[in-house]
Order: sequence, then structure tokens, then C-alpha cells
Amino acid sequence: MTGPRFDTAPLLETPFHPRTTAANRLQNWAGWSGYRTAGCYGDSEMEHSAIRNAATLYDITPMTKYRIAGPEAEACLNRLTLRNLAKLPVGSVQYTAWTDDAGKVMDDGTLFRIGPDRFRLCCQERHLPWLLDSAQGFDVEIADETEAVAAVALQGPTSASVLTAAGFDVSALKPFRMQDYPFRDGRLLISRTGFTGDLGYELWVAPTDAVALWDHLMAQGAPFGLVPAGTEAVMLARTEAGFLTANLDFIPAQQALREDRVRSPLELGLGWMIDWDKGHFTGRRALLAERDGQLSRWAIVGLDIPGNVSAEGSVLYYGKKREAGFITAACWSPTLKRNLAIAHVAARYAACDDLWVEIYAQRELQYHKLMLPVRKTERPFFAPDRRRATPPGRF
Amino acid sequence: MPGPFSSTGTTDVVVIGAGPNGLACAARLAQKGRRVTLLEAEPEPGGGARALPDIAPGWPSPALAHLVRHIDPRVEAAMDLSRHGLDWMAADLPTTVLSPQGHLTLRGDQAEGADAAAWAALHRRLMSFAAALEPFRQMPPPRLAASGNAWGQLARNALGLRKLGATEFREFLRLILINAHDVAQDELTDPRLRAALCFDATLGAWAGPRSPNTLILYLDRLAGQIAGGKAALGLPRDGLPGLARAMARAAQASGVTLRTNARVARIEIANDRVAGLVLTDGTAISAPLVVSAIGPKPTLLNLVGPRHLDAGMTTRLRHQKSRGGAAKLHLALSDLPDFGTDPKARLILAEDEHAVETAFNPVKYGEVPDAPVMEIVLPSAFTGGQAPAAPHVLSAIVQFAPHAPRAGEDTARAAMLAACLARLERAAPGIGKLIVKADLLMPYDIERKFGMAGGNWHHGELSVEQMLFLRPLPQLSRYATPVSGLWLTGAGTHPGGMSGAAGWNAAEAILEAGA
Repeated sequence: MTGPRFDTAPLLETPFHPRTTAANRLQNWAGWSGYRTAGCYGDSEMEHSAIRNAATLYDITPMTKYRIAGPEAEACLNRLTLRNLAKLPVGSVQYTAWTDDAGKVMDDGTLFRIGPDRFRLCCQERHLPWLLDSAQGFDVEIADETEAVAAVALQGPTSASVLTAAGFDVSALKPFRMQDYPFRDGRLLISRTGFTGDLGYELWVAPTDAVALWDHLMAQGAPFGLVPAGTEAVMLARTEAGFLTANLDFIPAQQALREDRVRSPLELGLGWMIDWDKGHFTGRRALLAERDGQLSRWAIVGLDIPGNVSAEGSVLYYGKKREAGFITAACWSPTLKRNLAIAHVAARYAACDDLWVEIYAQRELQYHKLMLPVRKTERPFFAPDRRRATPPGRF
Repeated sequence: MPGPFSSTGTTDVVVIGAGPNGLACAARLAQKGRRVTLLEAEPEPGGGARALPDIAPGWPSPALAHLVRHIDPRVEAAMDLSRHGLDWMAADLPTTVLSPQGHLTLRGDQAEGADAAAWAALHRRLMSFAAALEPFRQMPPPRLAASGNAWGQLARNALGLRKLGATEFREFLRLILINAHDVAQDELTDPRLRAALCFDATLGAWAGPRSPNTLILYLDRLAGQIAGGKAALGLPRDGLPGLARAMARAAQASGVTLRTNARVARIEIANDRVAGLVLTDGTAISAPLVVSAIGPKPTLLNLVGPRHLDAGMTTRLRHQKSRGGAAKLHLALSDLPDFGTDPKARLILAEDEHAVETAFNPVKYGEVPDAPVMEIVLPSAFTGGQAPAAPHVLSAIVQFAPHAPRAGEDTARAAMLAACLARLERAAPGIGKLIVKADLLMPYDIERKFGMAGGNWHHGELSVEQMLFLRPLPQLSRYATPVSGLWLTGAGTHPGGMSGAAGWNAAEAILEAGA
């Protein structure tokens, strides 16, 4: 064997690393699917502020990406995922999820239809064995292309202006659509997608063009306040938006050690994705039984909590006494000036009446126990009109 | 994809595969008033019991299966098989172990030689265990994750085991998952008796006698009867095709419509329900209920197809073990060969327990054994003296044979045949000169001719991890499939085998579900 073992060697660097390391004043790195990515460049609050008030670059190369291609790619993906691919035209993107046989969510992700028979599936976890198993009987080829595609998220109200200044006309690009642009000697794919709930884009490029793209965007974006953002800021933005993250808001079914930790899409509020009429898909019979028998045991809810102490990891009680659920993501939202949370509650408490949260608030080393009433609220918490406006606003 | 499904015929139930289980299932459903069509891909019904084309002109081939070990008593009674022509040339055949140190004949618990008492004691003990297990064969396996368990029946069966008594129940628990080799060495000294136990424990399995959990396969063999004779070995008149014809006549008498030369191309599914099926000649038959006896793998992976199933189940089915380790040898002979013993017996060619294990070793690595062990039947010995005398044919199950030989199929078949003939020549000197034609079906040939996945005659290995509620998979163990209206039966479902029990159990499950 040459070189250190994978589990003792430094994590991989993404193709943007020469630039992200130069910008990372704290040298604050976090592991993400085997890569080293910036947790915070210098000040997470300022990076979050840029997401909401200017524009940010966030290196999303480590996101797992699969290339799924072949004459029966659509049929294979229809059998794999919950939504109907017949409703996804070429050049479009679907937010979707998939389950195991028992109808429990394995992951969610975005599915890009690059050609009639060619797709890219982007997700948090690794799924190649499951995808290959699911491809049995279909004329389709599936390969991991995580390392072959560099990706960066450009998010924030001025992101369209940054792209325009950089020479990419995205004025006609609607949400969940993508377009191909020439860049240097190659191609650049821009999709109007993201994880911040705001106006934003994701840019997909060959690793060899990654640094040039970064430099070009940073140069043209400077007048629009473009700065790099780390994971801490993005996670705060996603909580404000109310988006789910695998292994934070749900345990992927294939990883769950405790059998009651798994969740169905109905329990995760993803029931809207399910196309019951598209034909069979993995988990359909179990989900049909859950739907028709009203067997869902959990509900995911958005909560408003008084005060400004984040309720992350807190337990919910019915009538201040009986355990009713728990919080998976929470923040005091700088954008909305609200104390927000995403929670799992037992199905019978889904209305959230007489539900209380027990928060341990640390104040100068000492914890104070708070018992606060919660109020159910709509997700996404933050959904400004500018995220959907086409042509995008010129901020 | 073909256009919308439009059928040319309609029926209540279609049963696919007219082997013993398909026939039993079809007959039971017809007796209960269903309009049943039974489809058989071949020109003759019977499946593994069907008549094969002649080995040579004038020499009829034995069927793939050449002896009967079990006929489910429910099937035997309700199908009234004797009235439909089932007749026995021998209903309780002795077994003779051929050995250079002298042959040894076994009749149930009666053995010759110094170990006679030890054999009798072991046989009686194993028979009592088998008797306690036998009722489990006649019901769907229990499943905690499913409703509809027959708790009363299960409790009675469990009590039957407990009623063995404290000592015997402890012995039962000690032996149930042991390997055959250890029992043979613990209980017996005569290598021929050890050979008989080890051979029968691994007959048809992809396992040697030292492989784990092989004694339960022996118990499974003992847990049955023919015409009331427990653990009997039967040879029907006209061989297994005689049994197949009697079952087919009985099924037809019950109202079953039998269609031969009808090979199913696919099962049609609409709105997650069975709509019917389409034959390879394009004929469409609509039916709300389809029962397949051709094996879980070919049924679900080929006729239904992965797109109507969940990915996890498809994977588990693909991974279900189904390696055939048995080959079938047919010799057309100009005269009866001389094995130095009464040929009206089942002959086991294995000198000791090691011969069985040694024959399995190379198969683990995809190679052919030098000295295969075999079970030989000479049907013509039983008809001798009758006119017209049947031509002489030797039928042998030869173990072990690789299902995926490294040397290639034709090379392995030739090597296996040479090894078999050399082995036979040592046991019956001069037999080689009598051979008019030799025919050897390797596991891959059996897969092609009979559709059995991997050439495993159980439609999926019968091993403890694929038995009872694990057969063929936990989710499929109660004969129902996830596709509404599609049911499984056959050797690949509990309890396996060709006794008709699986067919009867499946029919009972369908009737109870009101499907």
C-alpha cells in the first residue's frame, strides 16, 4: 500500500481548495463526505448576512452526485423515487426522495434531467449499492460522478446580478430549471437551485475549470458584495428556510440502528412528492398501507418559540409533562427575528396544542431550564418572493 | 412495450407449472369450485416427474426425479390418486449401500451388521423427531410480522415437540442444527451406515455432510409418508411419470383445465393487481388470480419483473441461494448390470461418510469430483419377467456437480460423465460394455430443461436459513406475494419438495384469504 490509509490521511481537497483555503482566515474546516470544506471563513454571522443581503459562494463539490443514463433511465428513476419523472422536462430539476421497501426515507435530493435519457442525482449520503440494485432489470448505467463534477452554490439576492456581470444571462432561467453556457474551452451548467430558500443558483463545472470560475465570479461579483460562505452560515440559512437535512432532521433508513428511528415520507411532510398513479415504485405498497390505514406515527412540524434562545436538541412535552417529540433543527433567525424550530412530534400531537419545549439556556456558564409554549407555524419559514421571481430582481 | 392487455380467454385462477405441487394446488382450488386453468410449458405434465424424451430409440428415459419419498396424505386422499392410476412397483424400497467391504441393506430401522442395534436406536429417535416436525409441513409457516397465524395449530405442533419428553426434547435441541457427519461419527461405527446417513442428509443439497445444519435435511426426508408408510421410498409403476399422469388425471377429474405446450412469457399487472398472463405464442389469458409453481425466482424476476417489485425484495430474491449440486445420469443398457446385489433396491454408491464429503469438496470451487457418489435405481429390474420386458435403463442422481464450472460447461459435463462411468465400472465391472447411450444432465442442463434456478431441484436451496418462515424469503413465506392476486407455490415455498404439500398449503392459504 502506498500513502496513508484513508482513515488517517487528511481529507480530500475540492477543486476550489486553492481559493477557499486562501480565503479561510480561521482555517476552519469540516469534513463532508470525505472532503475538507470551510465551516466558517471568518465570521458566520457576516457570511449569513451576505446570503440574505448580497451574494455568497459555497463550495458544494462534496455533494454526492450520480450519473444515471440509458434508454430506461426514466423508468428506473420512476421506480426508485417518489415523484413522477414523466413530469420533468429536459433542463429541469426535481426535489425528490426515495424509500426502502418498508416505505422509510433513505435520502432526499435533487434530480437533474440533463437529457431525455440522462440524469444527475445529487444527495447527501452514498447510495451506489442501492442504486445498482434498483437498476436491475432496467437498461440503464449508473456511476458516481462526485469527483468528476465541481460545484459551487451562488446564493443571495444579488446572485443574478453577479451572473449577469460575469456574462451569463440567467434572466429567463426559472426556479428548478437549468441552462448550459460556454465557459473557457468547456461548458458551465447553471441551475436555479439551492439550499438557502432565497434567490440563488448552483454552478456545475469540470474540476479543471473550477478555480477559473471562482476567480471570475469573485472578480465580477465584488461590486455586488459577493463573499465566500461556510457551512455554518448555510445551515443557519437552511433552518430559516425550513429545509430538511439527512442525518440531522431524519436518519436515513439504511443507516438507522434503532428500528423506531426510521421515517416515512408521510411522516416527514414529503407526502406531496408521492405520485400514487405513476406505477409501482419501491415502498409504494407500504406507503399506501400507511396512508389508507392512517398508520403514520410521526409528523414533522415547524414551530415558533418565544424568546431568543435556540431550542436545538430540545424535548417537547404535551401539557408540560408527557414527552411528545423532539427538535431536530432550531435557530433564532436573524432574518425573520423569530425563534424557529423543526420538530418531530408523535402523530397524535401533530396539531401542537398544549405543547411545550424544555430548553436549557446557558447564561454565563450556568444553565437555566425554560419551559416555553410552542406554536405550530408554516414551513418554509423564510420564503421571499424574490426567490421565485423571473426575471430575477436586480439587487 | 406491448399494447393494452386484451385477452382471448378468461378463468378464475391460472396455475403455472404442472409439477406435483402445481397439480395439487390446481386440484384443490378446483375441488373448492374455482375455474382453474393449469398451464404447462412442456408437452407432458409432471415437472420434475414428467416423462423425458427417450435416451435412445426404444430406451425410455427416466424422469428427473426417480423415486417418491413423500406424498402429502391430504393430497393422496383428496385427489384419490390410486383411483386415477397410481400404482406402486415398490412402496417401500430397501436401500443397499455398495461397498468394497461387502454390501449392506437397510429397511427402515433394520440394518445388517454389527451396528444393527445402534442404527435401530438412531433411526427410531430421528423418526420420532421427524414425526413431531411433520405437522409443520401441512400448514403455512408462522410469521410474527404477519397476521393470520394459525396459533392453535402452532401451539399443538409445539406441544407435540415438547411431548417428546425432557430427555428426548433436549436431544432434539442438540441435534436439530447439527451436521450429519458428527451424528454419523457419534452414533455409528459401520462406514456403510455412516455413508447412508451422510448421503441422504445431503442428497439434492449444496452441502457436504460436514456442512452446518445438514441433519435437519435428513429429518425433513423422514418427515413424510407414502400411502401411510412413514419415511418410505416408493417407485410408482411407469416411474415418476406414472405418478404425474395419475395426478394430472385426478386434477382434470376435479375440473382443472390442463393446457400443455403453454409457456408463460409474462404475468400482466394492472393497477398493482394481477390481470392475467401472456404465453410465448402471444395468447393472453385474463385471470384475477395467478398461482405460480415454477419457482420464486423465475416467477418474480422474469414473469413479473423488477419494475413491479420493491428493489430490496428484488435484491433478496436475486441473492437467494439456488445452487444445484446434483447431476442426473441416464444410461441405456443392453443388459442388466451386475452390482453383486439384488437390483430391486435403491443402491447408494458411497463407501463411507468421507466419500460424500470428498465428492463435495471440489464443487465448492467449481470443479468436478474424481469419485462422485450416487443413488442408483434400475427400473427394469422391477419389471423383469413381465411381458414386454422393459429395456434396461440405469437412473442415477450423481453428487456433487458444479453448477457453474470453472472449466466450462461442456468440459465439466464430459469430465463428470467420465468420473461417473469409472466409478460405476468399479462397482459393476463390465457395465461399460453394456452402455448403448449415456446421458448426463448437469445442474445447468437441469436449469435449462426444467427452469429450476441454478439447477437446484428445490427451486432455491433447502437449507435451514431458507426453510420454514424463511422460505423463499420471509416476506413471501405465506404463499402470497406483494402483487395482489399473485401467489407462489412449488418446491421453492414451504415445505419444499414434490409431495404436493406446498401446493395444498398454498391452495388452502388462497381459500382462507378469500382471494
